[in-house]
Amino acid sequence: MNVTRGFTGRPRVHNPGLPPGQYDAREDWPVLSAEVTPDLSPADWSFRVDGLVEHPHTWDWDAAHALPASAYEGDIHCVTGWSKFGVRFGGVSLDAFLSVARPHGSATHALAYSHTGYTTNLPLADLTGGRAWIVWEYDGAPLPPEHGGPARLVVPHLYFWKSAKWIAGITLLDHDEPGFWERNGYHARGNPWEEQRYSGD
Amino acid sequence: MTRFAVPGRIAVGGQTASRWQTATLTEIRRETPRAATFRLAVPGWAGHLPGQHLMLRLTAPDGYAAQRHYSIASAPDPSGHIELTLDRVPDGEVSGWFHTVARPGDTVEVRGPLSGFFAWPGDRPALLLGAGSGVVPLMSMVRHHRARGLTVPLRMLVSARSPEQLIYASELGPETTPVFTRSAPPGVPVGRMAAAHVAPLLADRPEGGWEAYVCGSNAFAEHASRLLIAAGQPVDRIRIERFG
Repeated sequence: MNVTRGFTGRPRVHNPGLPPGQYDAREDWPVLSAEVTPDLSPADWSFRVDGLVEHPHTWDWDAAHALPASAYEGDIHCVTGWSKFGVRFGGVSLDAFLSVARPHGSATHALAYSHTGYTTNLPLADLTGGRAWIVWEYDGAPLPPEHGGPARLVVPHLYFWKSAKWIAGITLLDHDEPGFWERNGYHARGNPWEEQRYSGD
Repeated sequence: MTRFAVPGRIAVGGQTASRWQTATLTEIRRETPRAATFRLAVPGWAGHLPGQHLMLRLTAPDGYAAQRHYSIASAPDPSGHIELTLDRVPDGEVSGWFHTVARPGDTVEVRGPLSGFFAWPGDRPALLLGAGSGVVPLMSMVRHHRARGLTVPLRMLVSARSPEQLIYASELGPETTPVFTRSAPPGVPVGRMAAAHVAPLLADRPEGGWEAYVCGSNAFAEHASRLLIAAGQPVDRIRIERFG
């Protein structure tokens, strides 16, 4: 251990919800997108599931809203160090989209892509079983554009760069294909509990 | 025409930054009433490109650690030293230590350099827009440009509340136009960065156009990127680093 002279740090709070190396951002919700926030209206938004699926399909705003509503209430964790507790997102479980598209047995991974061209890769297992959502509400109100509105992917058990803003679709693959930050040195999976921040962690 | 897009990758070399290294503080220089520069000796430093950042970690005697991402202020050089310029953030756990406790000889841990997205290799014309301590990674680019005697065009617009709050004021040259939002020297207008600052630079764009780098708060980044787009900068050639 490399102790820093004179450093005491914040008062210790026992918080079993805080992954290693993270701090509680409390009311803050920093915006860290690397690109210009797009001017994207709900009428321009669509979400597609394709690749290794039986029925490639595109949903527009109304069709996506016709699927069964589902909410995530819990915590989110950003690779830059902040975590935010007790957030509420409203939308549709990704399972509802996948049950229409029907992934082939050979599908193992997905590349999620945004209307800006941003991409991020995830194991398919991280997107199924009630662990991923397409959301358009935050705290009961429309998701703000800078936070990914009109709709974003939310995969809260992974670092939040995996939760692509302005989500446009996912392509199912039989292999892992690095996305935007993953090609820039970030970890392929990004599990905050194992502190998988960068390639090699 | 693309309405919105994320810019392409910049190659930064294959080194992974998975290793924590000990860095020894060798010098502290005050820049403004709020900001100071901390020079660190990092013997095993892999080298960086202007615009890259690192992760820095402080550890308490009970093992509690706090880590933050900071932009690198210095240009790449073979000295084995890097510099960080940190604002003193109210209640800042890490910046507070740097501003009140740190002294030369102290050691911290660093990991990096990280991320190629905001890097500028010096290979293309660069238009830099920063506010507050958002000037830090941009200054690494300006210093690199000077140190290497590069001829590729580089211009910087930097916003500060007042001349006293302008980081690196004495080092800025004709490549830089400061914008003062609260108070300015006599004869210099006070106000937010505006189309009048950005449009002339876009009208006078070099061959091949500018690669734009924007760094500051989210509010500044949103404002500056809209100014750039309004002035005709292609959206897929705007790279943004937001505080957080």
